[in-house]
Amino acid sequence: MTGGIPIEVSGLGKRFGQVAAVDDLSFTVRPGVVTGFLGPNGAGKTTTLRMLLGLVRADAGTATFGGTPYAKLERPLETVGAALDASFHPGRTGRDHLRVYATAAGLPRQRVDTVLEQVGMSDYAGRRVGGYSLGMRQRLSLATALLGDPGVLVLDEPINGLDPEGIRWIRGFLQQLAAEGRTVLISSHLLSEVQQSVDEVVIIARGRLMRTGTLASLELDRAPRTIVDSPDRPALAAALGAAGLAYAEGRNGFIVDEPEPGRVGRAAFVGGVELSELHRLKSELEDAFLALVGEGEG
Amino acid sequence: MRVLASEFLKVTTTRMWWLLAIIMFAYLAFIAGGLAALFGFTIANPDAAAATGASAPSLGDMPLAPLIYSFATSMGYVFAVIIGVLAVTGEFRHRTLTATFLATPQRTTVLGAKLLAQLPIGAGFGVIAFLASVGAGAAMLAVFGLDTLLDQSDTWAMIGRGILAMALWAAIGAALGSVVPNQVAAIVIVLAFTQFVEPLLRLATSFSDATAAIGKFLPGSASDALVGASFYALATPGGAAEMLVWWQGGLVLLGIAVVLAVIGGATSWRRDVS
Repeated sequence: MTGGIPIEVSGLGKRFGQVAAVDDLSFTVRPGVVTGFLGPNGAGKTTTLRMLLGLVRADAGTATFGGTPYAKLERPLETVGAALDASFHPGRTGRDHLRVYATAAGLPRQRVDTVLEQVGMSDYAGRRVGGYSLGMRQRLSLATALLGDPGVLVLDEPINGLDPEGIRWIRGFLQQLAAEGRTVLISSHLLSEVQQSVDEVVIIARGRLMRTGTLASLELDRAPRTIVDSPDRPALAAALGAAGLAYAEGRNGFIVDEPEPGRVGRAAFVGGVELSELHRLKSELEDAFLALVGEGEG
Repeated sequence: MRVLASEFLKVTTTRMWWLLAIIMFAYLAFIAGGLAALFGFTIANPDAAAATGASAPSLGDMPLAPLIYSFATSMGYVFAVIIGVLAVTGEFRHRTLTATFLATPQRTTVLGAKLLAQLPIGAGFGVIAFLASVGAGAAMLAVFGLDTLLDQSDTWAMIGRGILAMALWAAIGAALGSVVPNQVAAIVIVLAFTQFVEPLLRLATSFSDATAAIGKFLPGSASDALVGASFYALATPGGAAEMLVWWQGGLVLLGIAVVLAVIGGATSWRRDVS
């Protein structure tokens, strides 16, 4: 392993005709943690990753690995491992696919068997890729990324298509890679999909940066609110209004803009209203995420 | 060198090369064997042939055996072109260019390696093609008591030049693939040009000296010049008179491969891979 180096994206931009797919995007991904690269479909995640890897030409800005663009890396596969779209020649076996790229990068032959073992594909390596399931393709794609034992991993939607067992496996695997000091960047359009895998997040929408930081910081984005309900809703509404509390009526009661349930309880007590429900509504991470990327409230 | 080895491995780890090789072998053995038998019969039995309305074809002073053997290239070269085309268009079709350019970000190096890797593969196709045409052709000639000329060094020199021609044709195919990355379109172009457009052009240009001077630079003519024998020489009025020298023919083929690769390298090969 070459050691984790940071991914540095600065002022990155790409236009497709009139559409700015990626617009003045800047962020840094540090080694030693798993970073989630999040955004809805069409936000520009894949275009950003492809610019980072020198496959798509950037119209503006730079994307480097510790200051070096991908195309200038001395030994690319041993520095950065990437799994993008899990595309293979259907007539080639999994092992032969890995041999082709190990040969191109001048890697020792035993790396092929090592990575097959790592992703649990040793038993299927002799089969043609055309007969693989989506989950097996994802694993082979990951094996390709691991060929050069790189210090940086860039994985586009690696969880997509995995079964529950596979998802559990890849979570542990990514955490382990990060714990070894590698830089790990995984993209997803679903925060819930990677919530248990990532430590940090880079969130984009419509090609622009919305947020970077730790997952915990995202959670603090929205103040918690209080849920309250009563068999006599009009009376409760009057009591809340009298106490000067803003609220909205939901299916399961009133959602009050007040983090402290005690104050809501006191307002009801003062108004002499019987309560059937009173608890704090913890802000859901997914709500915060959707609010950020502008896809409505949760 | 690593990239070259990888490109070679890409061809040998899929089934297409031997599928094409088997079809080519059967096709050439049938054509060369069949025509050797036909010519052999009419030459060996002029009376019987005349009685059935057939006449011994006029070969001029051209010996029959090299003509039969050269079917390996004059009919077989399209297989070498197609294996070359597939080596490049397959990367677009199966979206494997991503993995290829991740392993080797220097795209020009990859394209150069692809062309070079096609040379031994095309040469291999050449060997198989001559196994078919010489094997079936010589057997039929021997049946009718005609000279197989297999003891002549000229015959073997022609076979050697034919193998070189097949190597160059495979490289041309790869270069063409970089210009026309759509696999179906590229194969249609290859078949239309080699089976229809070029034969017509060769025939049309052979009618006057002025056009014949241009016609000899057509890729098929150049290839026949390199090999040194072809049934086209019989079929066209000017015969072998308007032909390039063999090494000039080889240079024309090499030039076509290089020009196509430069065009492809500056266009589709440079585009965003998404």
